[in-house]
Amino acid sequence: MSGRLGAAFGRARAEGRAALVAFVEAGDPSLAVTGRLLPALQAAGADVIELGIPFSDPIADGPVIQRASQRALGAGATLAKVLDAAAAARGEGLSVPLVAFSYANPILAFGVAAFARRAAEAGIDGVLVTDLPPEEGEAAAATFVSSGLDPVFLLAPSSTPARIRRAARLSSGFVYLVSRPGVTGARNDLPEGLPDLVARVRAGIGRTPLAVGFGISSPEQVRAVSREADGVVVGSAIVRTMEEAVAAGRDPVPAAARLVSSLAAATRG
Amino acid sequence: MADFGRRDFDVPRADAAGRFGEYGGRFVPETLMAPLAELETAYRRARRDGAFRRELDGLLTTYAGRPTPLTQARRLTEALGGARILLKREDLLHTGAHKINNALGQVLLARRMGKRRVVAETGAGQHGVATATAAALLGLECVVYMGEVDVERQAPNVYRMRLLGTKVVPVASGSRTLKDAINEAMRDWVATYDTTHYVLGSVLGPHPFPTMVRDFHAVIGKEALAQSRRLLHGALPDLLVACVGGGSNAIGLFHAFLPFRGVELVGVEAGGRSLAPGEHAARFGPGRAGVLHGTRTLLLQDEDGQVLPTHSVSAGLDYPAVGPEHANLAALGRTRYVSVSDGEALEAFHLLSEKEGIIPALETAHAVAWAVREAPRRRPDEVIVVNLSGRGDKDVPQVARREGVEL
Ligand SMILES: Cc1ncc(COP(=O)(O)O)c(C=O)c1O
Repeated sequence: MSGRLGAAFGRARAEGRAALVAFVEAGDPSLAVTGRLLPALQAAGADVIELGIPFSDPIADGPVIQRASQRALGAGATLAKVLDAAAAARGEGLSVPLVAFSYANPILAFGVAAFARRAAEAGIDGVLVTDLPPEEGEAAAATFVSSGLDPVFLLAPSSTPARIRRAARLSSGFVYLVSRPGVTGARNDLPEGLPDLVARVRAGIGRTPLAVGFGISSPEQVRAVSREADGVVVGSAIVRTMEEAVAAGRDPVPAAARLVSSLAAATRG
Repeated sequence: MADFGRRDFDVPRADAAGRFGEYGGRFVPETLMAPLAELETAYRRARRDGAFRRELDGLLTTYAGRPTPLTQARRLTEALGGARILLKREDLLHTGAHKINNALGQVLLARRMGKRRVVAETGAGQHGVATATAAALLGLECVVYMGEVDVERQAPNVYRMRLLGTKVVPVASGSRTLKDAINEAMRDWVATYDTTHYVLGSVLGPHPFPTMVRDFHAVIGKEALAQSRRLLHGALPDLLVACVGGGSNAIGLFHAFLPFRGVELVGVEAGGRSLAPGEHAARFGPGRAGVLHGTRTLLLQDEDGQVLPTHSVSAGLDYPAVGPEHANLAALGRTRYVSVSDGEALEAFHLLSEKEGIIPALETAHAVAWAVREAPRRRPDEVIVVNLSGRGDKDVPQVARREGVEL
C-alpha cells in the first residue's frame, strides 16, 4: 500500500473536510501540458489527482471526457508515456497522490504485472479500472497490492450489500461511489437520495474512505457532497474548462488551477 | 456426405461467470453488474418457463416465418462443379435476416421483466429493424443507435426503423460504425436500466448476452440438422459455412452440429480491402485477446491496447471483436475462420442472384464467396450448407452506387 492516499484522506478527515479528488485526462491536450498541470493542481489544493488513461472506446464516459480521450490519443498519449510523465513529475517533487483511472484493455495490453511494477516505480499510488468489477478484478487487485499500489473499486446505486462489502474488502486507499446511474459528465443537480445512498454504502465499507463522483461540477455541489463523503471527485468540469481555454487560445493550466482552487475552498465549507 | 453423425465432441458450456475457456466474462462498470445479474436470472427463469417458450415459438412460426427451408442450390452447384450446396434460408424470415430470432426473444423477455423501453445498436440495420419490429409488435418504446457511416450506406433500413416507430440516433463518435453504436447503446443503458432493456444484437458483450443470443439463434441449426438428415437420408452435411460479424448467425447454425466432429464448421470474416491494419475485420490471425464491450475475446488492437479501426463493404461484419464462444471454439480446434475480400463478396452477391434468384445481404455474400472458392475443391458427394443469414434488399442502392448505376 502506498502511504500517500491514506495520508491524504487522513489529513482531510483531521481538518474536518472532504478530500478534493481532481480528475484530468492524461495527455489532453498534450503530455507536456499534463506535466505542468499536475504541480499546478497540487498547488491549487487538489488532495488527490486521478489521471485518466485515454482509451479508444470509453463506454462509461460522457461527451466531454470522450473528446478529451480522443485529443489525448491524437496527440500520441499511451499508457507507457503517461507513466513516464508521472515519473517525471515525481522527479520534480510532486507529492500529491496519483490514481491511474483506466479502462481494462490498455492495462491488459501492457500486461497487468508489468504495468503494476512500472506504475509503482513511476510514483502512481492507486489504480482504478472502470470495467474491471470485483468478479474480474480480484487477481489484478492482488497484483497491484503486491507492487505497493492501492486498488480502488467502484460502487454504484445499483450495488447490492454483498457487492459493497466485496468492493471494500478488495480496495485500499479509498472506495469510489458513482453517485448516479449513467456516464461521466457535469450535472446541475445532485441525485436525490444521495445521503441515503452514502449511508447504505458506509454500512458496508467500514472505515475505508469513501469518495463520491460523477456529475459533480460546481463549488455548491462540492460543498454539499463534502458533508456526506470523505472525498469529492470532480472530472468533466475540469476537463471542459481546459477544453474551453484551449479553444479560446488561452493556457488551460491556470484555468484548471483556478477552478480547482475554488472547488478546494468549497470542501472547507 | 459425412457419416451418420458420431457424437465425439464435448460441447463446452459457459461457466458461472460466463467464461468460454479464457474468453467471455463480464467486464463492465459496476453500475451494470446488478442489471446484468437481473437479466441473467430473468433469462434463466424464462427459459424454463413453458409459457415463455410457447409464446416465442408461436411468434417464430406465425409471425416470423419459421421454420425456414433448406434449399438445394442446383444451378450454383452445377456452375461450381464440386460439392453439393444447400442454403439455409434465414433470408426468408420476416424483416429479412436471422436477427429476428434474437430480437423477438429479447423483447419478449424485456416485457416479462417489466421494462417499457428497449435500446439496440445496429450495423447493417437488420438487428435494428428486427428490434424495432418486435418492439412495435409488443408495444415497447424503441431507440436504435447506428454509426453515421452505416446510416449512410444502409439508408433503406434507417427509414424502415422510422416507419416502425423507432427513434434512430446516428452516432458521430469514433469510426462511426457498429463499434461506436454499441458504445452509445451501452452509455444509454447504464443510465436507464431501471426502465430499459438493452437488446444486444450478436453473441457479444457481457455475460449472459453471448449465451442468451446464441440460444435464441440455435433454432437455425436444430432445423438444419433435421432437414439435412431428411434430405441426405440420415446423413449429415460435411461442412457448414456462415459469415461472422459478432458471430450470431454462425453460432446459431453451428450449435446443434458441434457434437459431431465429422461436420466441419467454417466462419467467414470480412477481409475488406486488404489485410493491412484498419483495412479489414478479420480478427482471427492478427487479433489478440483483449477486452471490448464487456467481454474478453479476440480483438483488433494496437500495441497500446487501443482498438483499431476496421473496414468492410458490409456494415454487419465491420467490427473489431468476435463473440467469445467463437474464440474458444477456434482455440479448441472445433471451428475455423477464414476471410474473403470486399471484391470476392461483391462477386458472390451477383453470382447467387444470377444462379439461384436469391439476392443475399453483403454480410451473407461473404459466406457464399467462400463456398464458391471451396466447392470446386470438393467431391460431388460432399455437401456444404451455407447459412443465408439475410437478403440483400438493403444493399441494392449501395451496390448500384458502387457500380455506377443510377436508380
Ligand atoms: C444478414 C446479416 N448477416 C450477418 C450479420 C452479422 O452478424 P452475426 O455475425 O452476429 O450473424 C448481420 C449483421 O448485421 C446481418 O445483417
